[in-house]
Amino acid sequence: MIMMKKIVILGATSGIAVEVERALARQGYELLLVGRSPQRLAELRADLLIRGAKTVASYAADLALIQQHAAIFDFVRHTLPDYDTVLLAYGSMRDQRESETSVDVLLDELQVNFVSATAILTLFAADLEQRCTGCIAAITSVAGDRGRRSNYIYGSAKGALSLFLQGLRSRLYPAGVRVITIKPGPVQTSMTDHLPNAARFADPGRVARQIVRALEHRSPDVLYTPRIWRYIMSGVRQIPETIFKRLSF
Amino acid sequence: MPGQSAVALRKQPAALSPTTQVLSWGRYPKTAHAGVHKPAWNDQVPEILQTAAPDSLLPYGLGRSYGDSCLNAGRGLIDCKRLNRFLGFDESSGLLRSESGVSLSDIIDVFLPRGWFLPVTPGTRFVTVGGAIANDVHGKNHHCAGTFGSHVRQIALHRSSDGLVTCSSNENADMLHATIGGLGLTGVISWADIQLKRVAGPWIDADLVPFQSLRSFLDLSRESDGRFEYTVAWIDCFSGKNLRGIFFCGNHAADSGKEFHAKRGPKMPFVLPAWMLNRYSVKAFNNAYYRLHARKTGATVLPYDSFFYPLDSIRQWNLLYGKQGFLQFQCVIPENNLAAVEELLDRIAHSGMGSFLGVLKQFGSAPSVGMLSFPRPGLTIALDFAMRGERTLQLMQSLDEIVQQSGGALYPAKDARMNPALFEASFPRWRSFVPYIDPKMSSSFWRRVTGAQ
Repeated sequence: MIMMKKIVILGATSGIAVEVERALARQGYELLLVGRSPQRLAELRADLLIRGAKTVASYAADLALIQQHAAIFDFVRHTLPDYDTVLLAYGSMRDQRESETSVDVLLDELQVNFVSATAILTLFAADLEQRCTGCIAAITSVAGDRGRRSNYIYGSAKGALSLFLQGLRSRLYPAGVRVITIKPGPVQTSMTDHLPNAARFADPGRVARQIVRALEHRSPDVLYTPRIWRYIMSGVRQIPETIFKRLSF
Repeated sequence: MPGQSAVALRKQPAALSPTTQVLSWGRYPKTAHAGVHKPAWNDQVPEILQTAAPDSLLPYGLGRSYGDSCLNAGRGLIDCKRLNRFLGFDESSGLLRSESGVSLSDIIDVFLPRGWFLPVTPGTRFVTVGGAIANDVHGKNHHCAGTFGSHVRQIALHRSSDGLVTCSSNENADMLHATIGGLGLTGVISWADIQLKRVAGPWIDADLVPFQSLRSFLDLSRESDGRFEYTVAWIDCFSGKNLRGIFFCGNHAADSGKEFHAKRGPKMPFVLPAWMLNRYSVKAFNNAYYRLHARKTGATVLPYDSFFYPLDSIRQWNLLYGKQGFLQFQCVIPENNLAAVEELLDRIAHSGMGSFLGVLKQFGSAPSVGMLSFPRPGLTIALDFAMRGERTLQLMQSLDEIVQQSGGALYPAKDARMNPALFEASFPRWRSFVPYIDPKMSSSFWRRVTGAQ
């Protein structure tokens, strides 16, 4: 077991992130939260302190805007300089139809899910590489494993982020910095409430427990959660393209 | 969501899920809903309220109300489960500020290890703070602590008409008294300040006493209420006039240093076929239960969860009652009317339709704080009836008559079928409650018992 007790969470108010933070708070972690809404961050902070977090700092910024990254990173360096884990947990999944018909929406999806994520992780990667320690974890998606008719814009952005993490993992390996790609299946959060069958999606608390376990223990480089998705996706990846292109899911 | 700008869209609206069927704990009635809002943050609630049609919404917590008081057939619900944050805690006084979707279970998990417990707890820990307030729930300590609502110091209420309203005994006190026991109709509770209680640890010094008549129950109750903080009785509803049962009483134990391990019980894996619950199987169960406990009588130390929440140890026990679900009957009968209690027990025994787990408790004399609170001085009886169609409804109707004649009342949180006349008799003040209802709120229960639209 690797002891990690100081964590930076990017996108701290996302549905999965709040559950992860709760689990970490119970174990007495020090947390630094980055999210957009100062009010939500304040509510989260109060909750996590009561649940046992040792310290909770928060910084309100829009991670999708790369010009704000330097200020975020500065804040982290001043407030929690010896952080050992970074968890990137933000993302956006808009209506696929809209992303197909509006280039603005398409570019915004890529900006949020991929471009800005790589930019902020690059800052943290350089720092951890220099310190030769720590862990970078990012939440991508099983949707990034294969381009599907119904969700390929979100899927391609998350898939690209998975590839980026794969490369980053290899780059940081010599420095002893771990990089974990977290690929959740569909989870019951605000992001997915509008989808059909949302009631059957995974419980975010369960997904969060698996993420925490991955952060704290030596774990596979790629975490599928719930675990069954590792097997489902290995099947999905095997379907020949000539057949796959005819499937409408 | 067409027509919105990209940045505005990134602000995720609280989505209306297309879920149609939402059930209450009794799984009767089966109602379809137009949609369920699931706000994850309090700042999303005002928008939901403002954009809704009049009489179209109802806050929903963990769905542990048995009947239709937590349902809104054909209309919308606001699922408050994700509004589950603690916002503040004063370690010296035990005053907790929590959002309305926090469950009592969560409060216990976080605060019992620090020596604090709920001031009042119902028989399940899986209810939300909002639900506990909206139904002004009571527990085994009603005779000394009153209802949950009497430990709520302050609330903030989202109202569609006048925004976030703070209510306490000094400020908007009437709105506080309407909201306590107000069945969710006065608005969505944003947060509530609850006074927790100091305890030494997770153990209960319990005492079990078997009894063989209503008289001896009353004697036990009278004699124990002064010595024990918690008292309740289980009754065999097949025993009728020769009532038998087990009297449970307890106090928080001094810290013994004994280690406590929470255990997670089994889960009811499927809906039990209806024929498996019949008068023979239930009689056999009640017999076995009585004999088992009659043998274990005397003082014993129990973990708090098996003392307060024996049913929570089987998750989803409501599936035991089969596809059609079940109805619960909980009434209070003024104490000087023992004949009515006996008649009620007799009728249930003769019907052969009663089920296990009948509960009998003597309420204390403290007046409840809510305008529509159920607890009042007298004897309260709670029983389950598997839903078997018309004959179940007829039996319960005949029980209603006894309750009404005795000057008693029925508990809305448990009800799915009482008629408007009995509601009127149970809550004669309901008309003075009406002005406090939020114009956007309504419920299946409310429309049924008041004829509101």
